[in-house]
Amino acid sequence: MANKRIDQPTGTETVGHEWDGIEELDTPMPRWWLWTFYLTIAWAIAYVIAYPAWPLINKGTEGMLGWTSRGQLAQEMSAADAARSGLREQLAVTDIEKLPGQPDLMQQAVAGGAAAFKIHCAQCHGAGGGGLPGGFPNLADDEWLWGGDLKAIEYTLVHGIRQHDDPATRQSAMPGYDGVFDQNQLNAVVDHVLSLSGKGPANPAGAEIFTTNCSVCHGPAGQGDRTQGAPTLSNAIWLYGSSREQISQQILRPRMGVMPRWADKLDAPTIKMLAAYVHSLGGGEETPVMEAVTDAAAPAAGPVTE
Amino acid sequence: MVNAPEPSLYAASRTVHNKRIDGPFRRFKWLVMLVTLGIYYVTPWLRWDRGPYAPDQAVLVDLANRRFYMFGIEIWPHEFYFVAGLLIMAGVGLFLVTSAVGRAWCGYACPQTVWTDLFQHIDRFVDGDRNARVRLDNAPWGPAKIARRLFKWSIYLVISLLTGGAWILYFADAPTLLRDFVTFEAAPVAYATVAVLTATTFVLGGFMREQVCIYMCPWPRIQTAMLDEKSLIVTYKDWRGEPRGSVKKAEKNPGQIGDCIDCMQCVQVCPTGWDIRNGPDIACITCGLCIDACDKVMADIGRPRGLIDYATQEDCEAEAAGHAPRPVWKTLLRPRTLVYTGIWAGIGFALLFALGARTHTDLTVSADRNPPYMLMGDGSVRNSYTLRLRNMESRPRDMEIALNGLPAAVMWTDTISREQAAARHTVNVPADAIRTVRAYVIVPSGATGGDFAFTLTSLDEQRESDTVETSFSTPGEP
Repeated sequence: MANKRIDQPTGTETVGHEWDGIEELDTPMPRWWLWTFYLTIAWAIAYVIAYPAWPLINKGTEGMLGWTSRGQLAQEMSAADAARSGLREQLAVTDIEKLPGQPDLMQQAVAGGAAAFKIHCAQCHGAGGGGLPGGFPNLADDEWLWGGDLKAIEYTLVHGIRQHDDPATRQSAMPGYDGVFDQNQLNAVVDHVLSLSGKGPANPAGAEIFTTNCSVCHGPAGQGDRTQGAPTLSNAIWLYGSSREQISQQILRPRMGVMPRWADKLDAPTIKMLAAYVHSLGGGEETPVMEAVTDAAAPAAGPVTE
Repeated sequence: MVNAPEPSLYAASRTVHNKRIDGPFRRFKWLVMLVTLGIYYVTPWLRWDRGPYAPDQAVLVDLANRRFYMFGIEIWPHEFYFVAGLLIMAGVGLFLVTSAVGRAWCGYACPQTVWTDLFQHIDRFVDGDRNARVRLDNAPWGPAKIARRLFKWSIYLVISLLTGGAWILYFADAPTLLRDFVTFEAAPVAYATVAVLTATTFVLGGFMREQVCIYMCPWPRIQTAMLDEKSLIVTYKDWRGEPRGSVKKAEKNPGQIGDCIDCMQCVQVCPTGWDIRNGPDIACITCGLCIDACDKVMADIGRPRGLIDYATQEDCEAEAAGHAPRPVWKTLLRPRTLVYTGIWAGIGFALLFALGARTHTDLTVSADRNPPYMLMGDGSVRNSYTLRLRNMESRPRDMEIALNGLPAAVMWTDTISREQAAARHTVNVPADAIRTVRAYVIVPSGATGGDFAFTLTSLDEQRESDTVETSFSTPGEP
């Protein structure tokens, strides 16, 4: 640079910059500083050789160490799986109705079930198990079509609902009354069904039709029958809606839901975890002991997980 | 470019062999060193009884459990604003100190200064004072020099190890950790921390010393912007000292020669090797040792002290012009320092107030939004809530959770069965913990929902309480 000069008081060369009469001295750096700088360069070169660094046209350089972020993820995933294997083994050998007696195992099962529920179940039953209109039952209330104790929930998960290739599946059928009831009969029976849950005045004609046609499955008082999967008609919960049109529709051309048999897709410990989670949502019932027969008409009042 | 020397990319470091000196500033430096090192090494060993549920160490940063204990004060992660406040106070405090008394922090209290000072005393203890050390440094390597150096470095290492070792004691129960540490049962992170701190203390305190201040520390660069003409800094009074000359020369030419006799004592005692007579520089940490040295020389040759002294630029100008300098209290008490003091104290009082006003309980409520409500078979409606009950005392406490403003509602929880549903429940919260409770609130068929509150009350003599508003959703009002 043209105006390079030596600063008299310090004997240091200036870099040639000047602001308002203040000149910048070209003070040399300490030796260790310089060597640290060289070291970082050497380190960077070593790093580029050891790890993936340069993007090329199809793929990047791979690095001497063979490290990849995907590989690291796979390693961490398998480590996590290995850490969970103890829980799975323990669940595999534990009968589901024994779970409440082991609070630690139950807690872990519920946590695992919550994760599995979001992957496999939330699409139909909602992320919080609240169900969806149109036949996807609410899993967090106290109404159960097939029973709400741990064992019943596990059975439903294993065998599914209306799975033709599983003889043990949950199977119920509501006959369609299209062409059987005339409009008056239909109105009368809808009146009666509504009156069962206190939503309208009694209709003696409808009651008679109900007794003849419906009470076999739904019970004389509409209390439902869990052994057949017949819904309770005398409470506030309506799977397919509570308006006259929706009830009429369901009597004439009933819709019936299906659920996959999860034994095909999930292993036994996962199914147990899912059952434990669904049971914990707020409507879980105690597994009946010998003499206690679940009465579908009685309000289910199971304490939740202890 | 003809006469310019070939520019070099690096400057070799010069070892600073500073000379022993005694004087008021040196004695003050000793005192600060004693107090700061004492605080550092002794604090982890102080005990403070907090009962059976909390650690008994007076000052403990419990990272694993995310608690910070400081004597009677316990800080939780959500109270980190206390730490933030203290950091701001430290920042403003540095502004205050710097604007009032210059780089006093650098000169006396900075850890780098304290440990450098300590290591320089070790140099003096092992190798003798300045002249002996210079001689030894220039001497060729031989058995005697090697033995001496190894001895000195091993003392460095022991001090470094003690420094690094003391640091980890702040993060776990000190006696237990020390026992585990020496029996090789402590966590690897403890050894790694000690190793790193030992290495940095050894290198920074033993070898780099003033280079840390001059090249690595950002503080001197910031400080130049905070000093003004009213800040006390170490100053060489050139109008009095120049031109330099010996005592004899001064006798021969009365009135022609300044007070400085160019004895170099001020440079020789300087821990960073700076010549204060060249003016202020980031190398000057304003420790005042040159003042001690110069005053001693002035006393010996019978001239007044204070050729080098703490002075403000204004003082210097006044003194050079023959006026009396301003009194020190005027230098310290001026609008700028008062404003800094006000800000600093304001933050301090706010923190103290927050400390006194905080409760040791806390409730947070989150309502389930998916699904927002649950219609039960009998027409009643249930909502679910996740409650977090925080007990910040180091003993378990019973707390009552109650529903407020939701008539006819009852609740049960994940540990209280539905048969025992009621509008209020007592929950035991473990010492120093957050208990998560899932609350199922149910209103009978036909009842309305809307806004209501959970109230948490501690069932002890303190009766601390916390109310959190939330709402109850029903099918009519999603």
